[in-house]
Amino acid sequence: MLKVEEQQPVEFSSTLIEKFDEIVKRYPAGKQKSALLPLLHLVQAEFGWTSVAAMDKVAEYLNIEPIEVYEVASFYSMYFLQPKGKYVLEVCRTGPCCLVGAEKIMDHIESKLGVKEGEVTADGLFSWRGVECLAACGFAPVLQIGPEYTFYENLTEQSVDTLIDNLRNK
Amino acid sequence: MSDLMKVTIDGITVEVAPGTSILNAARQIGGDIVPPAMCYYSKLEGSGGKCRTCIVKVTKGSEKDPRPMPKLVASCRTTVMDGMEVQNITSPEVLEARNGVVEMLLINHPLDCPICDQAGECDLQNLGYENGLQRTRYEFERRTFERIDIGDKIQLHMNRCILCYRCVFTADQITNKRVHGILNRGDHSEISTYIQTAVDNDFSGNVIDVCPVGALTDRTFRFKNRVWFTKPVDAHRDCNHEKCNGKVTLWYKGADVLRVTARKDQFGEVEEFICNECRFEKKATADWTIEHPTHIPDTSVISSNHYETFKPLPVIKENLALQEANKVELEKTSKF
Amino acid sequence: MGRKLLLEHINVPGINTLEVYRQKGGYRAVEKALKTLTPDEVVEEVKKSGLRGRGGAGFPTGMKWSFLAKPEGVARYLVCNADESEPGTFKDRYLMTYIPHALIEGMIVSSFALGANTSYIYVRGEMMPQIRILEKAIAEAKAAGFLGKNILGTGYDLELYVQPGGGAYICGEETALLESLEGKRGNPRIKPPFPAIAGLYGCPTVVNNVESIAAVVPIINDGGDEYAKVGIGRSTGTKLISASGNLVKPGVYEIELGLPVEEFIYSDEYCGGIANGKRLKATVAGGSSVPILPANLTLKYANGEPRLMSYESLSEGGFATGTMMGSGGFIAFDEDQCIVRNTWNFARFYHHESCGQCSPCREGTGWLEKVLHRLEYGHGKMSDIDLLVDVSKKIEGNTICPLGDAAAWPVASAIRHFRDEFEWHVKEPVKSLSSNYGLANYAVPIERKVEEVKQDNL
Repeated sequence: MLKVEEQQPVEFSSTLIEKFDEIVKRYPAGKQKSALLPLLHLVQAEFGWTSVAAMDKVAEYLNIEPIEVYEVASFYSMYFLQPKGKYVLEVCRTGPCCLVGAEKIMDHIESKLGVKEGEVTADGLFSWRGVECLAACGFAPVLQIGPEYTFYENLTEQSVDTLIDNLRNK
Repeated sequence: MSDLMKVTIDGITVEVAPGTSILNAARQIGGDIVPPAMCYYSKLEGSGGKCRTCIVKVTKGSEKDPRPMPKLVASCRTTVMDGMEVQNITSPEVLEARNGVVEMLLINHPLDCPICDQAGECDLQNLGYENGLQRTRYEFERRTFERIDIGDKIQLHMNRCILCYRCVFTADQITNKRVHGILNRGDHSEISTYIQTAVDNDFSGNVIDVCPVGALTDRTFRFKNRVWFTKPVDAHRDCNHEKCNGKVTLWYKGADVLRVTARKDQFGEVEEFICNECRFEKKATADWTIEHPTHIPDTSVISSNHYETFKPLPVIKENLALQEANKVELEKTSKF
Repeated sequence: MGRKLLLEHINVPGINTLEVYRQKGGYRAVEKALKTLTPDEVVEEVKKSGLRGRGGAGFPTGMKWSFLAKPEGVARYLVCNADESEPGTFKDRYLMTYIPHALIEGMIVSSFALGANTSYIYVRGEMMPQIRILEKAIAEAKAAGFLGKNILGTGYDLELYVQPGGGAYICGEETALLESLEGKRGNPRIKPPFPAIAGLYGCPTVVNNVESIAAVVPIINDGGDEYAKVGIGRSTGTKLISASGNLVKPGVYEIELGLPVEEFIYSDEYCGGIANGKRLKATVAGGSSVPILPANLTLKYANGEPRLMSYESLSEGGFATGTMMGSGGFIAFDEDQCIVRNTWNFARFYHHESCGQCSPCREGTGWLEKVLHRLEYGHGKMSDIDLLVDVSKKIEGNTICPLGDAAAWPVASAIRHFRDEFEWHVKEPVKSLSSNYGLANYAVPIERKVEEVKQDNL
């Protein structure tokens, strides 16, 4: 059962709804549920996470039951069901990356940010977590940052420092 | 030419309609060769295939294509072909795989049968009894969840759930709105409403009957009694609900009706779904027309306390016609 | 230099744009197929080419296409599986990033062959940059008349859309992918029915990997027979190999199937040997799901003959001494790597990615991970090793989809070949936390055994 601290109503802007309308057109009539995953990505990009209120609105828009949205959002690993930092550093933690030092990079990020996996820094800017294979094993270690999912390859402790400093000063 | 398909299961041949699953063909034969089914439910479309307890070995695909199937298949979701040959309890491979599945189902199960309301009528308990190991090889902490009341009538005890999805199909197909579902992924999956909402509609109580384990139980019956101390009686009433015909089983303790359930067939499936009013609101004998004691198989623990062996009166012993009339009961006595 | 059919122009500046791609001969296959061939003739060419699915299973693509049901008045779909998530595999990301039009051209030709008028490319959600690249490329192709209504005046209509996933390895399984595309949880469907009969929205559907679809372009351009001349035996054509781990030059390489494994690892044209002057300890040749092999069995069969990069050669010796081509994710482990730790890491991956639908996989993957964790962190027992083998057997073959097998094989194979190292972890729990078992005898070259070869022939 969900325990969410924040439970605020959300409003979808008309630009967002226009994007929704565009996506729904890709599928045959009556198959609008297909738009669920892309829509949730848009919602998360807009609000930083996927709240119950937002999911309920998506359900209403797609004319499906809210539970169908909860089921899907909780199945896939990319949807944050709890608020996260503004930048979520997702470091690949699977085999090939670990052969070339992904674990060290995660340790470094943990000490650099001073928060454990999944937590948010005091300034609300950063979270980090290990994720499973990002399909970039030849450029390992790698990390990605949503909502654009910009990719950072061949990480070193120095390059991670620079990345975090740049984001902090952005 | 006959439209029927001939299929042989553990050496017994039966002719079934095209499209019949191996499991249902086996059910037509009956007896020990029927594979156990924890997730399949003939009244729920799309159910089955998930628990893997009903796996069997197809040694001959069909008359036309006699090649065996490369892997064990879920009998509930594999349709028979003409000339198919299947091994269930005659295949050591099947039994070993099934024991493996049962072990998997039990590693995270709390094994709290002594305090579980389902005990005595639990499919997992029966399965574990027949196919389980004597002791567990799993030495890690078991997965736990909080107990949740979904509405004032149903309790969800997720620790016991085997994720058969039956309750989800029931909500989809029998009720008019589904508010609970499967959340999360892998071994974190759980049945949940996600947000605190009550499962509340006329037919929601049926999820209790379809649940093969003690994950969904009747709060009005909670800790009232062990099922084997209660006495099941079939009864009916004139129910106003358009989809409910009011045919139920009443579970008595003394003069009190402790709970009401739908009637179940020999495979543990509900014969007809009933409405919540019949299930939760009508707990006085006066509400019902009593039919007869419910038939409980000899193998069930529920039958052990009540249905004493038949003690024929001397007159029966002397009269051939009366012996014929009491044939079934007499046969039972001779068994003991 | 081996022939390059997919990546020939990968280094041409601007090859990601339609203009440059056209200059290099792009979209010839669309013109040829739509204007001069019938759909059945395209299928025939693909059949002749001997192309085998590049996503992992290696099933002949042409045959898969010919299974597609074609009932009157029912839509048919082609769905491209770009949910690349198999650890060790990153070729599809590479192809989509640098030469997106190769995929789009392949999609048009393949959709035409199958009679699909709407096709989807299901890209894993994490690849948002690639999704943007593909969407841009689709817009370019549409503007140039290669997509949309009445393509090139031939009367053939095709709309092509990119669908993002949500982060789930299981959606690489074709029926889970279709479920996901329908906006549901990525639970694999119970087969039959197969997608060729009832796939997306219950309509006949073909699901193909990115590389398989891109390979249709050279097949149509040069003809299936020509394509079949490349490669070796039933492993025709070229294959993209994703090389990762402790190599001097990790990356994506296009090889002609049949290249010796030794040449692939050590020649400067490919991986350039093991990084930092170390020695090779083990490889996973086809993505994390395939059996791991020690260095010596990677390079040679048990009888001492050299192993080649082909479907047949990699699986030579069965699971006892061989492995599989899989998706072509080639991971190299140097002498300092711990096989137990890596096996635990892979087990954690499958535990995390199991959809949870069927019991052996849902419960068994977690069990494997926990036992391996215990072994890796010095709390293991000798009996754990056999327990792992037994649990992996209980999963293998008893699940709805191949994820169960994929979770079981790495564990079973690691114990099969590296049992010494597992036992060492039990015997030396403290030492194993700070040091590694090392190379041991895993790289001892296998002598050619002439007599055994003769016996095999009898």
